[in-house]
Amino acid sequence: MNFKVKIGNLVLKNPILTASGTFGYGLEFEPFGDLKKLGGIIVKGLSLLPRPGNPGDRIAETPCGMLNSIGLENIGINAFLKEKLPYLPWKHTPIVVNLYGEDLQEFEKLAKILANKEEIGAIEINISCPNVKKGGMQFGQDPSSAARVCEIVKKAAESKTVIVKLSPNVVDIKAIAKAVEDAGADSISLINTIPGMAVNPYTRMPKLTNIIGGLSGPAIKPIALRMVYEVAQTVNIPVIGIGGIASVEDVFEFILVGAHAVEIGSASFTNPKLVFEIIKELPTMAKKLGIRGLNEYRGSLYA
Amino acid sequence: MGQNIECLDLEVLEVLSLDGKDFFRLRLSPPKWEWNTGQFVMIRPLSWSYDPFLPRPFSISQLDNEKLEIFFQIVGKGTKLLSQLKNGDKVKVWGPLGHGFKIDLNLPILILAGGMGIAPFIGLVKNHPHPEKLELIFGHRRDLSCYPINELSKKILIWTVRDASQRDIERLKRAIQVKVEGYSSEGQILACGPLPFLNMVHNSCISKQTQVQISLERPMACGIGVCLGCSIPGPSGENFQTCKHGPVFKCEDLSTVCQQIKGIY
Repeated sequence: MNFKVKIGNLVLKNPILTASGTFGYGLEFEPFGDLKKLGGIIVKGLSLLPRPGNPGDRIAETPCGMLNSIGLENIGINAFLKEKLPYLPWKHTPIVVNLYGEDLQEFEKLAKILANKEEIGAIEINISCPNVKKGGMQFGQDPSSAARVCEIVKKAAESKTVIVKLSPNVVDIKAIAKAVEDAGADSISLINTIPGMAVNPYTRMPKLTNIIGGLSGPAIKPIALRMVYEVAQTVNIPVIGIGGIASVEDVFEFILVGAHAVEIGSASFTNPKLVFEIIKELPTMAKKLGIRGLNEYRGSLYA
Repeated sequence: MGQNIECLDLEVLEVLSLDGKDFFRLRLSPPKWEWNTGQFVMIRPLSWSYDPFLPRPFSISQLDNEKLEIFFQIVGKGTKLLSQLKNGDKVKVWGPLGHGFKIDLNLPILILAGGMGIAPFIGLVKNHPHPEKLELIFGHRRDLSCYPINELSKKILIWTVRDASQRDIERLKRAIQVKVEGYSSEGQILACGPLPFLNMVHNSCISKQTQVQISLERPMACGIGVCLGCSIPGPSGENFQTCKHGPVFKCEDLSTVCQQIKGIY
């Protein structure tokens, strides 16, 4: 069976991508499966210069999920291009670079650097990180600023496919989705993490030094599903579902509400082979559902 | 760390309580791994659904043809569930992870262990060709019967200090300082334990001209360098991932972290 999906200029061999921040720079997962089999590899969010991230304790387990306040620690775009990218199987599977800029100029510079790199399949713009003071989520909370980032990156990235990753922490997700579609986005991915907290009642300490972090994992899946459903009904560009996906059934739930593809996130921490296993299970699941391809199933929710 | 990491479903061979309560030895069917003392594994039983969500990291205590062995203390929901595993249950295990201790079998070795920090040294002591070259200072809060210390005492010289009171802690600190002095010209010092203990070791050793290797414990979600939950600031501003660059660090690489640790030591 054919599970190919088209996202902008990209053709993914299957709808399974890895969510930024949960799959490192890709190479870390070589011991656990064949990277070439993935629909695409989305790497850790990259900035112009290396970032150390936030200090102190920055992850905490919560019921059916986890909080993180990493704060976009990364090696910087240049180190990635030199030290990681050449070793990734970019000829066989698209490498998607998740980009983080503190301001519009940084986003533009980053997109320009990637524009003529044939190894890069697409750009995912991160306007939804809750853990950084500048940039991040503040760009993603208002339709006009989200659109502005999208326009600038789209122009600087020339023919590269641009995906915009949206924050769930907004009043009207549909308005923001529409705005980035109008600004030229090739695809929308959602959701990023949801701001949350965990505290210790005995020590009276927050579990994260940053106090607030982003919640991910199966705990947020119903919220993600609702938002993907709403956005898929609003825009005509492909939507990529993210949020608590941990099984092949979860994958098909997101496709059912209208997603073209999905990203597997923190569930990879529970089993580093999970993405590879889910891809193997796609045909069996399709057979169970009695479908011949994803097109006939996508958005077919009885509602 | 590299291509020899494997993720396997292993079978529980034995869950044994050391004290009839909170302290456990877990034995699993052995993977065929090359490993060294100080490396660790991530463990998550197949029976876990999504709560608890994350796997748990544990030092490899022993790994031979018969078993992969770890020790743990119940400290929360995850370890409680691990203690309830039954023989034949399957657990997902990936490893061997991180960088272990660099050990020279010909040199005298001083081991500094705090509480369950004894775990990685069990295999080292048992398999060392010259156990008379080893010496252990063991600081512990709970009764000695909670820890797998008996099996070591026949082989090596052990100083145990129960650090229940402030006076005990002072005694432990002095014992460590005196011993460290003796190893400062030749020999190796290896340490593992809770953060305040490691802080004390760091502060006792940092000014001495001796090789001290410290195994650090940090919360981590993946064990393979991707979640970045376990990053620590290195001495010159660069970040180290505890899981990948550690968990065993040179004493001087932990100076910034130790400045941040608040504890009773």
